[in-house]
Order: sequence, then structure tokens, then C-alpha cells
Amino acid sequence: MINIFEVLETNEMIERENLDVRTITLGISLLDCIDSDIQALNRKIYEKICRVAEKLVATGKDIEREFGIPIVNKRISVTPIALVGGAAAKTEEDFVSVAETLDQAAKTVGVNFIGGFSALVSKSMTEADRLLIHSIPKALSVTDRICSSVVLGSTRTGINMDAVRLMGDIIKEAAELTADRDSLGCAKLVVLCNAPDDNPFMAGAFHGVTEGDSVINVGVSGPGVVKTAISRVRGQGFDVLCETIKKTAFKVTRVGQLVAHEASKRLNVPFGIVDLSLAPTPAIGDSVADILKEIGVEEPGAPGTTAALALLNDQVKKGGVMASSYVGGLSGAFIPVSEDQGMIEAVNAGALTIEKLEAMTCVCSVGLDMIAIPGDTPSTSIAGIIADEMALGMVNQKTTAVRIIPAIGKKVGDTVEFGGLLGLAPIMPVNPFSCKDLIEREGRIPAPIHSFKN
Amino acid sequence: MKKVIITVIGKDTVGIIAKVCTYLAGNQINILDISQTIVAGYFNMMMVVDLAGSLKPIQDISRELSQIGDEIGVQIKCQREEIFEEMHRI
Repeated sequence: MINIFEVLETNEMIERENLDVRTITLGISLLDCIDSDIQALNRKIYEKICRVAEKLVATGKDIEREFGIPIVNKRISVTPIALVGGAAAKTEEDFVSVAETLDQAAKTVGVNFIGGFSALVSKSMTEADRLLIHSIPKALSVTDRICSSVVLGSTRTGINMDAVRLMGDIIKEAAELTADRDSLGCAKLVVLCNAPDDNPFMAGAFHGVTEGDSVINVGVSGPGVVKTAISRVRGQGFDVLCETIKKTAFKVTRVGQLVAHEASKRLNVPFGIVDLSLAPTPAIGDSVADILKEIGVEEPGAPGTTAALALLNDQVKKGGVMASSYVGGLSGAFIPVSEDQGMIEAVNAGALTIEKLEAMTCVCSVGLDMIAIPGDTPSTSIAGIIADEMALGMVNQKTTAVRIIPAIGKKVGDTVEFGGLLGLAPIMPVNPFSCKDLIEREGRIPAPIHSFKN
Repeated sequence: MKKVIITVIGKDTVGIIAKVCTYLAGNQINILDISQTIVAGYFNMMMVVDLAGSLKPIQDISRELSQIGDEIGVQIKCQREEIFEEMHRI
């Protein structure tokens, strides 16, 4: 039987070390809502989301109360809207109306974000993809809870540089349309390479076309738990360090697996995956940067940071894989700037630059995340940053992403503040040299040689 | 059997166990095991109880026990056993 020390350990993790289940994300296929009439499409989408997700929030709260574990977010992901809306949407405004419908549905069922205002254009764009992408800035400015993502490349297809160039402009436009809110629109817009179909985390969550009608995916977190655990083995060898991270990741993931199974059973929706992630929040003691410091770098960005992050990411996966029957999504350490107090401090201390963050994204789960840059950064430079990150993902056969905020009217030394989980971000300098001629080339970068595995 | 773990943490005072046990008995909840320890000067008690015959659902028990805790100045939590089993047993 469970003993008192085990019980106390678990509750200490929850109460003092910010252990939580970061999100229960209900994936809903909207393929059966497709209609050639935009009003009919919107009505079907609203009805389906409200029907399938009716009990999501209440069920999440019940599980929280019964097990005594916080479930921070209850969210929804839907089939990429460029696919769903293609037959009905003939204008950008039509796509904006779908965004408004999704926003309304999210508010009705009480979820804080709904992801999937998305287009998959890793090789090329359809007319519907193009319309949806052009509608993103307005869609994000007139809604509150929509998250948007665009998949620009993959190891199999190469990188769609026409879409990369377009997204440089779209990100700038989204920033301008929400300039009065510190360019908040860009915090809900991400571009990806090798995007997973079952990611429960925003802003990149969408319900992939390989998924069933509905699915429960759960994202766990617990940077504070890992930090506390390894602080107890300070100064010891890598074997002890790795073993400690693995054991902790196992425990954290087991909680996610339990919650996922309970939610799946109660909602009568199949269980999909547990995403083994270390997702920080701006709260003190909930920081991936603090783990890197505990491993032994003075500030994230110092020499050795990439090695420390590589170690951390790998041990989290090794510990987590055994704890769950199905693992998926992004699974690894997240290194957003604005959402991690330790990363913010590292930027302010001059330790962490965009270039170092780019190197770090080679060994962790996502990419350049929640990074604020000066509002006058040329869109071609934003596209260049995106292209670099897509290339890392394509060549290394991993997911990479860019969620970057050109903060309109702000310059290096200023700060943007989004509040809540999105946090605040110091404006980081961008390399001032141009990549305009590269970005203006048309077409796509071919898939790398090692993608030909057939 | 519906095993639930009740934990009580706080300053040791007279009648903590009595209060909790009276409440449990009043709601037809059977106590399977009790253990206690002192950590950093604080009284820590854990009870394993069976809610199978309980007159109320776990959410109500949890809320009411928490209120009793507030009255006597200790923190009382009520959690289903699975979260601990899953985390600490392979």
C-alpha cells in the first residue's frame, strides 16, 4: 500500500513545485461539417464543437477535484480550417467568419483556446490555403481565443519558400492589427516544420487529418519538479543527474496518463497521446531556464547551454516513454522566452540571444518561441529567421517552429506584456544584415537527400 | 472498494483525528489505515478510507473536509488513491 512519504512527496510536487497537467486538449474533426455554403458551414461547425465539447470543462474540473491535481487548461483543436472551409470560403472575409464561429464556440463551451485556424502548405498552396493565410491577421485581431498555425515545410517535402515569404508579411500584418495590445496577435500564430497531428499545446495544436472523429490528448508539465529533484543531487556525476531527471519525468508523466485515461473514459472520447513536455509558465519556480542553471550554466545562453538542454530533453523522453502507453505531440523541453521567468532574466542579463536560442532548438522539442523583436524588423528578415528554423527541422527530421512578435512601435530595451500564461518579453535584437535576395527567390527548397528512404 | 487518501497537514492540536473520524463515521466511510509523522515541525496524517458505502460523492466529502480543516486550522485534502499508485508503483 502507498505510504505516507509517497503521498507527501506527490502533494509537495503539486503544492510547492507547480506540478500540473498543463492541458487536456480535445481534438475534433470538422471534416463532416464541410459544406459549399458558408453559413451552413459555420452553423455545422458551431453545433459540432458545442456538442462534442459540451462536458469538457466540467469533466476537467471534476478530475482536478477528485485527484487533487490542477489541470491548467482545457482546450480544443480542430481540423485545419483551410481544408474544412475550402469549398465554402471564397473570400478572406469568409474565413474570418469561420474564425468568429470558432471563437464563439470556444466561449460557449468555456475553453480558453481553440487551435486549428491553420493551413498545411509544406509543399505548395491551394487557393483556400492562400485565402486562409491572408485572413489570419484580421481573424486574430477580431477574436480572443483562436490560435493559428501554418505548416511551411517537412523533411519529406522540403520548405515552401513562397509560403515562408508570405508568412513574413502576415506576421508583420498581424502585429500591426493588434499594435494596441502589444502585437498580441503574433503570440497566437505559429509556423511549423514537421508539425505533429496530435499536438495538444497551443498555438500549434490542430486536429490532423490522420486522426479520428475526436480524441483526447494531454500535455503534462513540471519544470519545477525536475528542478527541485536535481537540486538534491547537486555536484554529482552525469549518471546520477540523468537518472534523477528520468525518474522525475516518469512520475510526472504517470499523472498525465492517469488524467488522460480518466478524461477519455468520462467523455467517451478515445485517448490519443500524452505529450511529455516541460512547459514553463511565467510563475516563479516553473522555469526550464532554472533547470539549465541547476545543471550548471550560470545563465541560459552561456557556453554549455545546448549540451545541458540536449541532456535534459533526452532524459525527459526516456523517463516519460515508459510511463505512458502512447506518447506523441511535441514531447520535450519548451524554451519560450516570454513564458519563462528565467529566460526573460537571461535575455535581460545579455546572456541569451536569438542565435543561441536557434542553436538550442536543434536539441529540444520546438523552436523559437515567444520571442519579441523590434517592430521595424523587415518582413524579409522575419522570413529569414523562419527559413533558418524550418531548415533545422527539415534536416534534423524534427518539429521546429517560430512564434515571433515584431512589437510595433517598440525597440530593443523595451518590453511587451501579454499577461497570464503568455507572460512578458524583452525586445531582442535581430541581426541587421539583409536576406532580402534569398527570400525573394520563388519556389521551394527541395527535400534533403536523407528523406528518400523508400 | 473506492480507496481515497485523506491527508491532514498543520500544527498539532487536540482533537484533529477525532473531528475527522466523527465526520467520516457520520457519512458511512470506513477507515482502512491511519499513519502519521512529523515533518519540519508539522503534523502530517494520512488516512486510507473506503468511499464505497459513502452517503456522499467524493467532491462533497472533499469540500466538507476542507471546511473542517479551515475551522481547526489545518489543511485537509481528499484525493483518489490512483494518483499516488500511478506515480509511485510500476
